[in-house]
Amino acid sequence: MVLIGAIGLFLLVQAIPSLALDNANFLFSREWSTGDVTNMRYGILDLFLVTVVSAAFALLIAMPVALGIALFLTQYAPRRLARPFAYVIDLLAAVPSIIFGLWGLFVLGPVLTPLGEWLISSLGFIPLFAKGNVSIALGGTIFTAGIVLAVMILPIITAVSREVFDRTPGPHIEGAIALGATKWEVVRTTVLPFGKAGYVSASMLGLGRALGETIALTIILSATGSSFGWSLFDGGATFASKIALAAPEFNDPKSAGAYIAAGLVLFVLTFVVNAAARTIVAGHKEYE
Amino acid sequence: MAKRIDVKDLNLFYGKFHAVQQVSLSVPPRNVTAFIGPSGCGKSTVLRSLNRMHEVAPGARVEGTVQLDGEDIYASTVDPVQVRRTIGMVFQRPNPFPTMSIRDNVVAGLKLAGVKNKKQLDEVAERSLRGANLWNEVKDRMDRPGGGLSGGQQQRLCIARAIAVQPDVLLMDEPCSALDPISTLAIEDLITELKKEYTIVIVTHNMQQAARVSDQTAFFNLLGVGQPGQLIEVDDTEKIFSNPTQKATEDYISGRFG
Repeated sequence: MVLIGAIGLFLLVQAIPSLALDNANFLFSREWSTGDVTNMRYGILDLFLVTVVSAAFALLIAMPVALGIALFLTQYAPRRLARPFAYVIDLLAAVPSIIFGLWGLFVLGPVLTPLGEWLISSLGFIPLFAKGNVSIALGGTIFTAGIVLAVMILPIITAVSREVFDRTPGPHIEGAIALGATKWEVVRTTVLPFGKAGYVSASMLGLGRALGETIALTIILSATGSSFGWSLFDGGATFASKIALAAPEFNDPKSAGAYIAAGLVLFVLTFVVNAAARTIVAGHKEYE
Repeated sequence: MAKRIDVKDLNLFYGKFHAVQQVSLSVPPRNVTAFIGPSGCGKSTVLRSLNRMHEVAPGARVEGTVQLDGEDIYASTVDPVQVRRTIGMVFQRPNPFPTMSIRDNVVAGLKLAGVKNKKQLDEVAERSLRGANLWNEVKDRMDRPGGGLSGGQQQRLCIARAIAVQPDVLLMDEPCSALDPISTLAIEDLITELKKEYTIVIVTHNMQQAARVSDQTAFFNLLGVGQPGQLIEVDDTEKIFSNPTQKATEDYISGRFG
């Protein structure tokens, strides 16, 4: 707790002088330029939106997949198969993010390009699937980034959910079987209600990781001059990737302060996500 | 409604372990049959084979036949899920579904069977809870979680859940062993009432209970450690408790055993 407070305080103290120099609206401007010391402009809206949209997209993909894998491993797969399979999923968590970044850029990106083109041409009327502000051929889009993030957060969500589903009390399962429940009905009446809170908090853990993921996104996302237009095929930068890319500027305290202010917002964002997860879980406990 | 059970040459296994050997007995309809015997003698295992719950355990295997009104429930054409819908079961520890309300607990079996009509579900919930002597205690809090009830109430809730689907047979696996004497008495009274409509088989460690509630008693025993359990004898409860034919039964009942 003290450490978290100290980190928060450090960010705040470093950020305030730079915020005073900001010539743009910090929270609502989309502009970010720290090159000209006499006219510093930094607004985080684009960073915020790209961060949230890519993480939310990753979660949207990872949640159902993780649920399916966790249910399969705990309820359907024979023990002999479940063990090695779970091990492989856990191994995914051990792959360094830089590797995910390279894989996303050089392997996944090109593979996804035709799918992306198809989505743009057939569903382009929906803003999310509109033509983006970066070249889709290079694959440096939020779409690619979100899928890579989904793969990265899959192990944590799967592992925690598996753990929770495995702990469904035997008597409840037997009770459902004795009432004439099929396998799926047993899962629906006992395993899912019992594990719901754990599954939600596992997903929030994953979301926290997706929000803060740095190096993979730094590599994958293409830089762009134009602002975020709500399309998954936009490029851009997240808080973390923007800050990482700006490392050479940190010798100037004014410019560094601006990035620290952006970091502070990310810090608060992940904090809020975790608090929300806790509230959801606590709300469920009362019924048990 | 109430059906008779005929068990012939039943052998039960857990993997390589031969748990129960050569059991044959008949349970008439609208009758309470008690299974008694020392721990590990296989009485619960036999009970669980009567609604095909035995095979849920990994590696479990069944040989022999169990007939419900003459129909083999182990025939290859029979779906175990259907068997369990017509043979209700109440467990040792009350196991209401913790995330469901009292009402939803009672009608859980009906919902599984596809009944959706709210009015019908409400009627069944009330009838089943009345049948389980629980209605007056819970009628004002049907939407509260079932886990909030006392142990004895939870067990009666589980009985209501089991009879809500109007099963042909009701199996009870030591239903009172986790309950206090007053709740036990309430359940025993309930069993006597339920007997009018259902065929009941109850496993119990409490011989007084077997003597109080059952019409017929089956005594199971174990010849030795690692040996399969066996049915020693089955007869009218009165005869078993006053004048059993086997010496082992008499020893067990008079407390000279184990």
